[in-house]
Amino acid sequence: MNRTDPNPGRPRLSLGPLLYYWPRDQVLDFYAEMLETPLDVVYLGETVCSKRRLLRPEDWWELAERVTASGREAVISTLALIESEGELLTLERLCADRGFMVEANDLAALDFLEGRPFVAGPSINLYNQRSLGFLHGLGLKRFVLPLELGRATAAALRAASPPGVECEVFAYGRLPLANSARCFTARHLDLPKDDCGFRCIDYPDGIALATQEGRPFLAINGIQTQSAATHNLLPALDELADDGIELLRISPQSRGTAEVARTFRACLDGDLEPAQGRERLARYAPAGFCDGYWAGAAGINASAALARRG
Amino acid sequence: MELVCPAGNLPSLKAAVDNGANAVYLGFRDDTNARHFAGLNFNEGQIEEGLRYARRHRVRVFVAVNTYPQPQAFARWQAAVDRAADLGVDALIVADMGVLDYARERHPDLPRHLSVQASATNPAAIRFLHRHFDLRRVVVPRVLSLAQVAHLVEQSPVPIEVFGFGSLCVMVEGRCILSSYATGQSPNTFGACSPAHAVEWRDTPQGKETRLGGILIERQGPGEPAGYPTLCKGRFAVEGRVRHAIEDPTSLNTLDLLPDLLAAGVAAIKIEGRQRSARYVAQVTRVWRDAIDAVTRNPAGFRPQPAWHQVLRGVSEGAQTTLGALDRPWA
Repeated sequence: MNRTDPNPGRPRLSLGPLLYYWPRDQVLDFYAEMLETPLDVVYLGETVCSKRRLLRPEDWWELAERVTASGREAVISTLALIESEGELLTLERLCADRGFMVEANDLAALDFLEGRPFVAGPSINLYNQRSLGFLHGLGLKRFVLPLELGRATAAALRAASPPGVECEVFAYGRLPLANSARCFTARHLDLPKDDCGFRCIDYPDGIALATQEGRPFLAINGIQTQSAATHNLLPALDELADDGIELLRISPQSRGTAEVARTFRACLDGDLEPAQGRERLARYAPAGFCDGYWAGAAGINASAALARRG
Repeated sequence: MELVCPAGNLPSLKAAVDNGANAVYLGFRDDTNARHFAGLNFNEGQIEEGLRYARRHRVRVFVAVNTYPQPQAFARWQAAVDRAADLGVDALIVADMGVLDYARERHPDLPRHLSVQASATNPAAIRFLHRHFDLRRVVVPRVLSLAQVAHLVEQSPVPIEVFGFGSLCVMVEGRCILSSYATGQSPNTFGACSPAHAVEWRDTPQGKETRLGGILIERQGPGEPAGYPTLCKGRFAVEGRVRHAIEDPTSLNTLDLLPDLLAAGVAAIKIEGRQRSARYVAQVTRVWRDAIDAVTRNPAGFRPQPAWHQVLRGVSEGAQTTLGALDRPWA
């Protein structure tokens, strides 16, 4: 069955790459469950740490075949910080043409993808119309808006987009804010990075980091630092649709991801009020919600519609 | 091996030139560069004077136009590139692909250096950018080990510049938005990390508190040294333990690795610190000039002089220094 757009002009839903390190069976079960949800596009692959190898490129390709067979679009996603020769070799393999589009998360990927259709992921710095035009000339089919950019810039980029280029916005999940050569999970556990014991596997949604007065602030995920709060653009669905944003990205979490997808779909289809959707998802956001970036403010801020009530 | 020194203003530029810099880098007085701080940077008249001074001493001048313009403001970045070209500077330091594209089309003969903010950490990324933008040099992020730097120099079609001294980013530059998460402004969008107007200091019964965008990032007891409140160098609670969970408040100092950097074929050493004083620039430039001269004369016999380290320790933020990722102390 091919999923046709039930609601032309409304954004489709994508599932971003899994940012955490889960046991292999949990990953496979997770994607099996995702294929029962109203997601349209599924990004697959390791984007954070090259030491996480419970799934190999072959496994991601096999999952991609399954996604395609379900009538959805599969995209192979790639590592964001490429330092070693080994990482570069793996990247080159993942960028080979296997019939799936590839999401570049480092400029290195563009060296291999240039001339074929590709997606510019959130860590490709596409901030303006001239960068957009340049990448379009090389095969850009879709770009994920850099996470710190807001509605004004999204609309301006959308207005400047060449025909056929889609804009995707990170709509739900903990925001990946930074990558480092250093592993903060290993640092926290007083382990050397090169002998980390793959302990990320003990933290399916990262490790919470709070300020000294107990305010949840960030989450540690290996070499990546994320927001503690869950970014949630449910209150902005009408704006996203009005601006012509084609795709809304949901970032995998260990709990509730299927419900997030169904809730977004129901709100997009007008079957559920975003305020009700927000209530439904609150229990999956232990550190609360944020949406400040969309308004051009500090990312950690929450709009009135989003802030916890009562 | 060239020594590239920071010039936040005219006195710093002169200090760098007088103390042995081969090149200085500077920015215009707005958010087109990544040290957008009040009272810092150059207007046109100051750049012209700086250029004359540098030229007289055969020192080159690079202009950083190395932040990421958004569509509404792109024309201002174009104007900055044009201004630098009209002034006849020796190179532009650029991060954004759109700005690189414009600079190459409009001013093909003006050399382009890739800014550290472009986040190029591997040969493929450099190959890609060089193919399209014909780069003369690449400044690499402070996240690479010495072996990786050496490998990069070998594989890169473009000469490599590395940071030798100054404040240390533990995150890969150009792709860190911790600052805008807390304050709404980041190096990419605004030209500053943890911008000063978002910083608050307050004395409380629990100690001296530092907040960024209202978020408590540090609480110090009496006598504890206070560095600039960069978010990643604050103390936070993780699973019940309060510590520098991301990075200690240290500075980068690679003086001890100078022979290795030379042997690796690194083309230039960059000193961080356009936001620092002319005195800082003078002292640090002098030490690195002497050190580079010494290592060039006799690489095998190079020993960093204790006096050099003493000077550098005296001007380091946090009073501690580290070899950073080059040495992978966390491995």
